[in-house]
Amino acid sequence: MSPKRKRSLLLGLPLLGFVAVLVVLGSGLGRDPSLLPSVLIDRPLPEFQAQRLDDPEQWLSPADLHGDIALLNIWATWCPTCYQEHTFLNTLRERNVAIYGVNYKDDREAALNWLSQLGDPYRFNIDDPEGQLGIELGVYGAPETFLLDAQGTIRYRHVGALDEAVWEREFLPRIRQLEPQS
Amino acid sequence: MRWIGTLGLLSLLALPVQAAIDPFEFDHPEQRQRYHALIDELRCPTCQNQNIAESNATLANDLRQRVYTMVMDNHPDSEIRNFMVQRYGDFVTYRPPVKPLTWLLWFGPFVALLIVTIALAIWIRQRNAEPPPQIDATDRERLSRVLAKHSGDS
Repeated sequence: MSPKRKRSLLLGLPLLGFVAVLVVLGSGLGRDPSLLPSVLIDRPLPEFQAQRLDDPEQWLSPADLHGDIALLNIWATWCPTCYQEHTFLNTLRERNVAIYGVNYKDDREAALNWLSQLGDPYRFNIDDPEGQLGIELGVYGAPETFLLDAQGTIRYRHVGALDEAVWEREFLPRIRQLEPQS
Repeated sequence: MRWIGTLGLLSLLALPVQAAIDPFEFDHPEQRQRYHALIDELRCPTCQNQNIAESNATLANDLRQRVYTMVMDNHPDSEIRNFMVQRYGDFVTYRPPVKPLTWLLWFGPFVALLIVTIALAIWIRQRNAEPPPQIDATDRERLSRVLAKHSGDS
């Protein structure tokens, strides 16, 4: 190698390193740092025993959510974004999407009122007054929506309001993948 | 009236008061210590850049409660840490584990230091290997003349 080439290599390497750092840091710029990836993806629903919101006599466990590809929506009446999201959940219900709810750290009466006034898109709701199921699911801010396959395995988690755009971008392609090929 | 001034000065010596009210009761001081070490080390998922000890978020409160229960049930620290990581991910700990995904984070600075050291060593060696600049006989004679003239000045 000629000294000149050696020199240009020595000068070029730091530049290359700098560009590499720029690319790595730059790719992080567009990301929302408040969105945490769920560790539960591709894992079964955590074990739980909880009361049904509209029927405290009835105890629910993960097996009650098996059978269909479904959404598990974590919501509360104290959560403004949940209110904003509710209309879209009703829309999904009209499209025959199976939705289960977790009423998270909420008051049962208030929650039942909410459902009778705004409509009830849920197959049923799991009552989680102390947020214990929330901890099991790694919930850090309502609303959150999990996508479950027919065996109750968690396939995806969305944090924040669900709307048409998110539904089409994040959920529909995954649901199509999960559906049995016919 | 002098005693008032003395009292005022003495009050400056007062130790900072611990304002935090700990709602939990422990059987052993060791449990309290473990509890505090853990909540200092766990990061709040909702209110980022605060640990769960500092944060007032309800989730932080719930997680403190859970840490307390687990400490009182004599779960080892590692188990409590794992419990949180399995639910909230590596994010919840301020001490990320060493694994392929975090290799860059843990070893990157040392690798960078190594590369720079090697580059610097090569550069210095190269510089030393370069022959000193050559001057011819006429220049040398001129140089010694100039030097001789100026050494006479001082």
